[in-house]
Amino acid sequence: MPSVISISKLAKHYQVPEREAGLKAAAKGLFKRTYKIVKAVDGITFDIQPGEIVGFLGPNGAGKTTTLKMLTGLLHPTSGQVSVLGFEPAKRPHDYLRQITLVMGNRNQLSWDLPALDSFDLQRAIYSIPTDEFKRTRDEFIELLELKDLVQKPVRNLSLGERMKMEFVGALLHKPKVLFLDEPTLGLDVTMQKRIRSFVAEYNQRYNATVLLTSHYMADVEALCKRVIVIHHGQLLFDGELSALVEKFSAFKTVGFTLEDPAADLSQYGDVVSVDGSRVTMRVPKEKTSAVTSRLLNELSVEDLTVEAAPIEDVIESVFSVKKEALE
Amino acid sequence: MKRYIDFYTSMMRLSVLEQWQYPIANYFYMIGMLAEPVIYMVVWSAVATQQGGSVGGYTPGSLAAYYIVWTLVRQMNIAFTPYGWEWRIRQGRLSMSLMRPMHPLHEDVAFFAGWKVVMIILWIPLALALSFFFKPDLHPTLLEGAVFFIAIWMAYLIRTITLSLLGMVTFWTTRVSALFELYFAAELIFSGRLVPLSLMPEWVQQAAWFMPFRWAFGFPIETLVGNMPVNDLFLGLGMQFVWIFFGTILVSQIWKIAIRQFSAVGG
Repeated sequence: MPSVISISKLAKHYQVPEREAGLKAAAKGLFKRTYKIVKAVDGITFDIQPGEIVGFLGPNGAGKTTTLKMLTGLLHPTSGQVSVLGFEPAKRPHDYLRQITLVMGNRNQLSWDLPALDSFDLQRAIYSIPTDEFKRTRDEFIELLELKDLVQKPVRNLSLGERMKMEFVGALLHKPKVLFLDEPTLGLDVTMQKRIRSFVAEYNQRYNATVLLTSHYMADVEALCKRVIVIHHGQLLFDGELSALVEKFSAFKTVGFTLEDPAADLSQYGDVVSVDGSRVTMRVPKEKTSAVTSRLLNELSVEDLTVEAAPIEDVIESVFSVKKEALE
Repeated sequence: MKRYIDFYTSMMRLSVLEQWQYPIANYFYMIGMLAEPVIYMVVWSAVATQQGGSVGGYTPGSLAAYYIVWTLVRQMNIAFTPYGWEWRIRQGRLSMSLMRPMHPLHEDVAFFAGWKVVMIILWIPLALALSFFFKPDLHPTLLEGAVFFIAIWMAYLIRTITLSLLGMVTFWTTRVSALFELYFAAELIFSGRLVPLSLMPEWVQQAAWFMPFRWAFGFPIETLVGNMPVNDLFLGLGMQFVWIFFGTILVSQIWKIAIRQFSAVGG
């Protein structure tokens, strides 16, 4: 099956003026400017298949948003190839723009002073959606996101989470085949994050849409993405299943147990993360997990012992702290 | 074509609905903009009276007519300024517009066209009040009225085009305020905004023929108050059309180059 998104050796370099601080340097800069090249994205390659939901991860400044902007045609690449749905995004053909959408958590395109219904109608006109189909899709999304009582309120009177749900309706009315989601749950409470996640999953299921998602909330990634792509300093660090990422980069496991004698010395078994009454949580090097759990069971009066993978946040943190050379 | 008509009517409808949310704010905005023409009107009327009743063929009554029509033309040629371009790039709004299968300039034209519908309705009582106080001498023919109606919309398009050309400079630098100030100064002199062009030196009048400013401002006013020969009315409409035609080509060509410079700084 041909890839929906295919990028090869994609790079975006910026020429940025630089000068030292101070008046002398400022005066000198009037006559002779010096520049440095910032490699926002530096030769990344990956493919995404139809219907996949892929988490696109990286710390701030890693190049995620720059990549998304190249995929949506907002930025022209410095070098490399990009193909989405068979189109070259930088040319921004209207047939391409009709099949994609970009949802950014900190941006809105709905009219602030009017009920969202009015903005939805503008979307209908922009995307030339037949009226019957428009009404059907709009009502379907309104029901899915439980927005019936809110669509007639001015957008300015809605909460952040309600506004975000409206943004999703507006952004998906034309039923795009590819969704670029840039921090879509930014600033939302846990309940609203869950609602947005389940909506994205439902949309993906119903329309076999391909989704590329960036988020700093690992709950989003865990809930939606089987596969993740990690970039750092504009370079690809990892591309594979989320479980493989955890396996590869998690140096520790979390061991939890209840002790009959809370006063026992536990330092010889691993790092104690927390003690809550008789309940202990301990971090143990992955390769020693079996040995440590055996010793705990043999040497101490232990109840309810559990072994869990390290939290995904910790894994991601360790990925970001590893230098690229160390990964190859 | 059907698609664009649908888009323009939907966008204009949205704009009208938005502007009706704040009628009082829009009124204050209009009243604030009245200060400029009222000052010009009072000063030039005083000059006309001192010179025996007219200046350059304009009587206090025809000057009142000129500046009252001025207030409508000023409302009509409000367009998205380079400040607006700066704002929307910094806010990331241009990025969202670029994601749509529609040129962002269509959004600008349609949005401000809708706004004008509200402004014209709000303008009528103000024009009546100004007429009550300043007694304009205005007797347009049916033809002049028809030409005026076309000319003010063409003027709006010309100003949109020239401001868009300036606004696109923001693709190279997000600081275009200085350039806009320069444009504004030239517009003041060569458009008929400060004073009817016929009161300006001969060289200004000649130069104004070859610049867009007159066709975006002074000409629509003159069609209604200037007692222009029929030939000049149609010649003026022709000049407006030429500016729109070549301006549109220029905008689309520069857009193609400018968009490659877009760095989507605001998101």
